[in-house]
Amino acid sequence: MEVKIGEEERQLIGDLIDQLRELLLATSPEGKLDPSLRRLYPTAYVDDVRHEQEYQRSARDQLLERRLSHLDVVEATLNDAELDSDSVTAWITTVNDLRLVLGTHLDVSEDDESKILDSGEPQEQQQAIYHYLSHLLGEFVEAAGR
Amino acid sequence: MSQTESSPVVTDDESPGSITDEDTPWVVLVWNDPINLMSYVVHVLQKLFGYSSEKATQLMLDVHHKGRAVVSNGNREKAELDVFRLHEFGLWATMQKDV
Repeated sequence: MEVKIGEEERQLIGDLIDQLRELLLATSPEGKLDPSLRRLYPTAYVDDVRHEQEYQRSARDQLLERRLSHLDVVEATLNDAELDSDSVTAWITTVNDLRLVLGTHLDVSEDDESKILDSGEPQEQQQAIYHYLSHLLGEFVEAAGR
Repeated sequence: MSQTESSPVVTDDESPGSITDEDTPWVVLVWNDPINLMSYVVHVLQKLFGYSSEKATQLMLDVHHKGRAVVSNGNREKAELDVFRLHEFGLWATMQKDV
């Protein structure tokens, strides 16, 4: 797949990836999740506590590992003009992960103290980044479907 | 709108002599959420389950309009794997016994 992403946007994505990696690694497998990450590790069993605990124990690690490897692929291909299909999957899932974290963060209550994917940018700038990522994901999904 | 329904609340104790866990049919549900793009949900359902564009689109519309849709089913092991794959793609998926 041919990708046309501007220099500035690629730099932005690189920065966001670094922040997401840091955030993912800051959460221990059994530890309490940062509220912004809760959409990355959803509940599987809604009415079965025992199985849910088992699921979280194994899935959290595997989901983390998978996400980190996708981040690595995006980082390695950040400036590429052509992406193979595995790289496209890594880009699509990573861009969506960024949207999930940023979207959850923008949605969390105002008294929440955590500052995630937020290096001092005002809320409007985060909104703009979120919308850009949505646009980018839409383009990726459309191209992948052709 | 989507954050309140996902916490596990009830333990379902199985009585002795009931059919075994592995025989019970389970369903996998995808829930509506305000973040995932419609086109992305369709893409993931096609990619993971090999659904046609029409079927994946119909399921996505069910999720969007009815709040949730059953996207797959099977024994517990298969359902859990499907849920895991959906979680890999960031969809809000849960599983429950098919009653």
